[in-house]
Parts: sequence; C-alpha cells; structure tokens
Amino acid sequence: MPALPPIDKDVQKRAEKARPKGAFDEPQADEQATDPLEDAYYEYLLRLGDDSLVLGQRLGEWCGHAPSVEVDLSLANMALDLIGQATLFLDKANNGDGDELAFKRDVLDFKNCLLVEQPNGDFAQTIARQLLFSTWQHMLYQQLSESPDAFLSAIAAKAVKEVAYHRELASEWTVRLGDGTEESTRRMRDGLDWCWRFVPELFEVDETLEEMIARQTVPDPRSFESDYRAAIAGVLGEAKLDVPPDQRPILGGRRGHHSEHLGHLLAVMQFLPRTYPDAVW
Amino acid sequence: MSSDWPLWEVFVRAKGGLAHRHVGSVHAPDQELALRHARDTYTRRLEGVSLWVVRSADIVASDPDEAGPMFEPAEDKIYRHPTFYDIPDEVKHI
Repeated sequence: MPALPPIDKDVQKRAEKARPKGAFDEPQADEQATDPLEDAYYEYLLRLGDDSLVLGQRLGEWCGHAPSVEVDLSLANMALDLIGQATLFLDKANNGDGDELAFKRDVLDFKNCLLVEQPNGDFAQTIARQLLFSTWQHMLYQQLSESPDAFLSAIAAKAVKEVAYHRELASEWTVRLGDGTEESTRRMRDGLDWCWRFVPELFEVDETLEEMIARQTVPDPRSFESDYRAAIAGVLGEAKLDVPPDQRPILGGRRGHHSEHLGHLLAVMQFLPRTYPDAVW
Repeated sequence: MSSDWPLWEVFVRAKGGLAHRHVGSVHAPDQELALRHARDTYTRRLEGVSLWVVRSADIVASDPDEAGPMFEPAEDKIYRHPTFYDIPDEVKHI
C-alpha cells in the first residue's frame, strides 16, 4: 500500500502558508501565527482518541476467538465503548471527520501509548493490558470530567462509566486467572511481565502535555501515579501475584515512535477504506 | 473452557415496577462473572435496569411426565376466572 501524506489539522491554513512567493518577498506574519496551545490541544485529542481507537481495534480482533461466547461479547462490548470514545475525540480534532484520521493516517502520525498497540497474546495477556490501561484511563477520566474545558469534561463524564466497568471486569479476571490453576497463574504473570515496561509511558509528561496542564484544562497524570500503583498492587495482591519488577521503560508512542505491531494493526484496520475509498457501509 | 463452567439462568427487569423476566442463560465460573456475562450478553441494547442470575442447577422444575396431574385438572375450572360479573366502566385497574 503506498504511503499517504500525513493529514494536516487545518489544510487550508497550511495551503495558504505555502502560497508561492518570490524568494525576496517579506516573510508574512501568519507564518508564525500557529497557536502552540491549539497545537497542544489537537495533539491531546489525538492521544486520547488514538488510545481508544487502537485498543478498540485490538479487542475487536478477539471477535469469534474468545474462550467462550460470553467472553467474546464482553470483549466486543469494551471494543465498541472504546471506538465510540475515539469517534468523539477524532471527530472533534478533524472538524467532524474522525474517519479521515482513523483510516488515512500512517503509523508515524498515530499518538497512542505503546501499551494499547501490544498484541493480544493469550487471554491473560489481553486482560493484563486491559487492567493496566483501564485503571489508568479511569483515573484520568475521573479527573478530566472536572475539566473547565466543556468538551473534554462532557466526553470524560460519559466515558468514565464505561471505563469503570472495563476496569472492574479486567480486575475480576486478573484475580481469577492469577489465583486460578497453575497454568492460568503462569499465563497471567507472563502477560503482566509483557505489559509492565509500557506503564511508565502512561505517566510521561512532555512539552505538549505540560502546556495543557499549565492551562489547567487537563490533569497531570503524575498526580495519580501513586494511586494507580497502589490500585494495581491491590488487584495483584488479591490475585496472589507479585507486582512485576520495574523494567527499562519504553517510551515514544506519543511522538509517533511505535512498536512494529501498530503497522500490522493499521494494515488490517485501514485496508478497506484505503483500497475502496468510495465504499459505504 | 466454558463447557466446564456451570450454567446460570438470567432474569432482566426491563424497567422499574415490572417483574424480572427470564431471558436466557449464560455460562460462567462463578456468580460475579455470571452477572457480568449476563450484563454483556443480555443488556447491551438497553434492555434492562436490574439483573438476576441463579444457577440453573438450583432451580426446582416440574417433571414433564407429571404434566397431566399437575396442569390438566385446571382445564375445566372456568369458574376460577373472574368473568362472571360486570365491571363498571369507571374501574380502570383490576
């Protein structure tokens, strides 16, 4: 599939900036006119939207393959909740056309955290990923629902109930697998070990996030990091599992530096609308 | 995996004031997950406001072979229906 150019958030503005002009023309004022906060806001919408979109697509891969039809539905329900969240964030970021962002960006333009793009592995690894992500997302959305930004607070207030359920479900499965049979314990431990190195990225604060935090529109994730670690330790304790030792953290998803897994996920997800751009469903 | 799990009967209350109705069954390893499976299987399209699950094995059922003595004696007892007197139009609920 040929690579498509990255999508600009405001195509017209960029096009104006690129107007042909002579080499000796005065630089125009609007060349410096991009608002850094606007950029940060756009980036933030992409991060939240891409987290939900990519994890939703991952969970959707379980459809028809889960250990039982009931679990199949549980995972598909979570996937649909997440894709609903992604639609709201990405629509907002792209003037109502979230599909364009979902289906026509290449891998380097995705801003999700690395945890959500990790492969499903076995059921235990999927549950480990869900526990680590949903607990974080729940704490984030709880705070975000208090944001003075009306859009972010409204979305978070709606989504926080969905995410609370994801967190509870993942916690219950973690306890059952961790404190289950010898095999389920081993698989749950391996799944956690796989995912653990991606936790620090959830609490990374870079320039974009710093700008948003300074504006007091979004929470600083470091403010709930100790609560997060205590909550995870609580679930693992109930599951009779040890908290995994800290590993060398892997960062970069927020800057578009992804693991090799995301490209494969996007190839499947984007194939249809890229190959048949006029397809309707 | 799920074949090792016991079966649970699921009852949904569609809205406040109505009784729970039997809607089907799910497999689940224990009662908490039975409730979650019931939620994910039977209330994903806003079908209910309350859920009950009960282990299928705990339900005491009538014996189909005994259906004759159990149910047929009621067939010709039409006087048990409250249809032998007129209800005034003003009475809305009875």
